[in-house]
Amino acid sequence: MYDPTVARLTYRALLGRRRALILGALPLLLIVLSAVVRAIAGADDQTAADLLGGLALATMVPIIGVIAGTGAIGPEIDDGSVVYLLSKPLKRSTIIFTKLIVAIGVTMVFSALPTLLAGLVLNGNGQQIAVAYTVAALVSSIAYAALFLLLGTVSRHAVVFGLVYALVWEALFGSLVPGARTLSVQQWSLAVAQKVAGGDLVTSDVGLTTATVLLVAVTVLATWFAGHKLRSLTLAGEE
Amino acid sequence: MTTLSIDHVSRWFGNVVAVNDVTMTIGPGVTGLLGPNGAGKSTLINMMGGFLAPSTGSVTLDGEQVWRNEGIYRHIGVVPEREAMYDFLTGREFVVANAELHGLGDKAAQRALATVEMEHAQDRKISTYSKGMRQRVKMASALVHDPSLLLLDEPFNGMDPRQRMQLMELLRRMGDEGRTVLFSSHILEEVEQLAWHIEVMVAGRHAASGDFRKIRRLMTDRPHRYLVRSSDDRALAAALIADLSTAAIEVDLAEGALRVQAVDFGRFTALLPRVARDHGIRLLTVSPSDESLESVFSYLVTA
Repeated sequence: MYDPTVARLTYRALLGRRRALILGALPLLLIVLSAVVRAIAGADDQTAADLLGGLALATMVPIIGVIAGTGAIGPEIDDGSVVYLLSKPLKRSTIIFTKLIVAIGVTMVFSALPTLLAGLVLNGNGQQIAVAYTVAALVSSIAYAALFLLLGTVSRHAVVFGLVYALVWEALFGSLVPGARTLSVQQWSLAVAQKVAGGDLVTSDVGLTTATVLLVAVTVLATWFAGHKLRSLTLAGEE
Repeated sequence: MTTLSIDHVSRWFGNVVAVNDVTMTIGPGVTGLLGPNGAGKSTLINMMGGFLAPSTGSVTLDGEQVWRNEGIYRHIGVVPEREAMYDFLTGREFVVANAELHGLGDKAAQRALATVEMEHAQDRKISTYSKGMRQRVKMASALVHDPSLLLLDEPFNGMDPRQRMQLMELLRRMGDEGRTVLFSSHILEEVEQLAWHIEVMVAGRHAASGDFRKIRRLMTDRPHRYLVRSSDDRALAAALIADLSTAAIEVDLAEGALRVQAVDFGRFTALLPRVARDHGIRLLTVSPSDESLESVFSYLVTA
């Protein structure tokens, strides 16, 4: 199911100089901003929840997910180098599963870890806010990585579609239109965070059970479909 | 003994038919897949390599379906035309990764690198490689598991003459060892130098198949057209038309040239300079006017 060579090739491509800079920029911004807010406003639980919810979970995690998820396979399909993986006696599902694991790992490192650090800087994990949002970031990393890996497999414009989804659907509709919230990875992960925090500062529009089922279903279905697409992937000639 | 069978294979993209009802069998030795650009060679090679599903027909390797059969890659080595590799790796890392994906280790990678004589540059990043070096590392990655079928799509594109010779030598050796080697090319001379057997594709169709010399003769026996400018076109025309090697000569006044149709290519090319010298005529231009591959191939199709 998991191939260490595919994993090595994937994370080395993902953490190439330029992409690593983009991956590192947003977390750095979050931590710097948290330090500034803490210095100006002091330790405030509501401020911490607003910043982690609005910037970390609603914006940073999906964007990192887009970069890691689509970047784990999209460029290889675009430039044709995926042929070196496809011309091996290797199950397509193994390729997808391995790339998913790498994409999840990268998304978690570049989004959940900075979320925890930012939370600690903001209010020292008061009311479990830092841990709650970190758990939400971890959980949503899995679903985002799977969704955007699928997008990278089916579309040449995966990054654009991914960003539109992340910014328009998750960040805008997700916070404004009630119906859209039910179909939002962010809300599902917030349901898990709500359970962890316990208080009123972290809330979700979706129940924990529904959220868990949807998170698992989206991850499994997206991964299965990505494997299916890779199996039928055709490499057209240059003629 | 590995045999690749293409049985009534067609492939279309929307309304465009890229490969049209092709049937051929590729056996051990070196086979050249020859055809002008856009003839459907890459599409056919992609189907042979299992990277594209035929719209109709089947591609089998020793009776086993190629499409959607990952296990088949234990026997197939692929050298794609596209340049993209994993440029951030060194040549050695790339070949080792390819070996590992076959369940093999360092030893196999080193052997493949030695076969293509790339050990000297194996620790350099692929991004710093010349076209020829990239091609050789691609070869190493395809040879790492000692495949019985080697598919190469336009392997000589962009290579300098020395690199070309080295690769030809290598492919010749692979063929001599009993492997089935198929390479595509749109350059007649490349195929002539290397292939024992050729398959010609024109406009998606299988135009000719067989021994290279026979097909080459078909190609050279067709009427050749030349544009000739000289110090005395009329006198030259009169002298040339008397010989059996020419079928027609037109004095093109607008162009200030002769349009010669030669039926015996070899005899005409020997005759022209001799006649010119004997009559004291200076030849200013002698250029073939229909030597494009497309015209050669279209002649083949109608032959």
